[in-house]
Amino acid sequence: MSNTHNALAPELFSVEVHGMTRSSFILKSALTIGATAGAAAVGPFVSSAMAQSDGDIEIVNFALTLEYLETRFYKEAASLNLSKKVKDLAKEFAENEQEHVNALRGAVKQLGGKPAAKPKFEFGVTDEKSFLKLAQTLEDTGVYAYNGAGPMIKSTDILAAAGSIVQIEARHAAAIRLMRDEAPAPDAFDKTMTVDEVLAAVKPLIVS
Amino acid sequence: MPDPRDQPSALVELADDPTSRKKFLRMIGGGGGVAAMAVLLGACGGDDDKDTASTPADSGSTDTGDAKPSKDDVKGDIDILNYALTLEYLETDFYNKVVDAGLFKGKNGDLLKTFGEHEQAHVDALKATVEKLGGTPVTAPETKFDLTDAMAVAELAATVENLGAAAYLAQAPKIKNKEVLAAALSIHTVEARHAATLNTLVGKGITPDGAFAKPAEMDKVLAAVKPFIVA
Repeated sequence: MSNTHNALAPELFSVEVHGMTRSSFILKSALTIGATAGAAAVGPFVSSAMAQSDGDIEIVNFALTLEYLETRFYKEAASLNLSKKVKDLAKEFAENEQEHVNALRGAVKQLGGKPAAKPKFEFGVTDEKSFLKLAQTLEDTGVYAYNGAGPMIKSTDILAAAGSIVQIEARHAAAIRLMRDEAPAPDAFDKTMTVDEVLAAVKPLIVS
Repeated sequence: MPDPRDQPSALVELADDPTSRKKFLRMIGGGGGVAAMAVLLGACGGDDDKDTASTPADSGSTDTGDAKPSKDDVKGDIDILNYALTLEYLETDFYNKVVDAGLFKGKNGDLLKTFGEHEQAHVDALKATVEKLGGTPVTAPETKFDLTDAMAVAELAATVENLGAAAYLAQAPKIKNKEVLAAALSIHTVEARHAATLNTLVGKGITPDGAFAKPAEMDKVLAAVKPFIVA
């Protein structure tokens, strides 16, 4: 079992994200997510991934939890009194995040794992200002989380797919920041966050 | 016009001085904003994809990884870095020329200036990393851009940034050294942020590819930027 795996597991379980499996698996011919992400993400059987797949399953499930969170958050916009501009943006972004959820769930299954269950969230946003503020935090956190986890991914197919998703998170982050009159790209090099740091950051939003 | 490459770079200083580099790595601790730069500087001698995948925060301690990367892997990474460096030279030059041309004032002018500074930081970091891996950084190409019309320039900026993001996306899975990968990822999302900003400025979609960004392979990217390179 790799260090990566050990480092990931306790934190993930501590917020009761279920569905991780440590059983061995058979990597199917092509990943569902790859088919969605474009030709570059669709690869042949990756033999080296066999021994190290458990780590990838947990990373993808970790990403899936963040995407559940973002999807639910943007859907929240429908019930808030927001300007049309923000509502439209939230609708568009919710669709993107939902596609990420679908792709990541497919990827976990292709890796032989069980997709993490969707937690219940509570965001506590009441108006446009608090909505956009949390949107920025969530999108930036998403970018930092994917970038932090990226180098730990063993399968190049999963890595390619994660790359195609994190680029979207970064684009969302920049757009939200522009709306808030914040620097769209605050650093020359985006930060990274460890799984620990990400989970600590989003934990207050997870009810169960 | 002053050559921005003449400016002293803290990054290069750090890269040249292993003592201050170690101190720097200790100093930044975990997950800090400058972690990715430290990763770039710590790129040499990293592990292969065998074990101990490191997070940027760990980079200080993985320098002594026991798995020796193969010669081909290192060469492949150097080639990718030099390719990225060429694109970053191009972007840096572009923004410098745009700023000098004075086409944009106020907030947009500040944005473009900042983006240019980011690209310069990428250039510095990539050069240092190529050297750390034992390679020779490519030289900056001479560039030419049509800078007569502000709107056309903004659209060109958007095109270049979207292309840059797609280029990094295509290369990431090909990078062998985990620390180089971490750094490339941290640059990739900054290019994406630039792209989304410029797309917004010129009235294009924030995510033109939809929910999944599309990669662009090297031959396609180089063909696209060819018109901007003199020699």
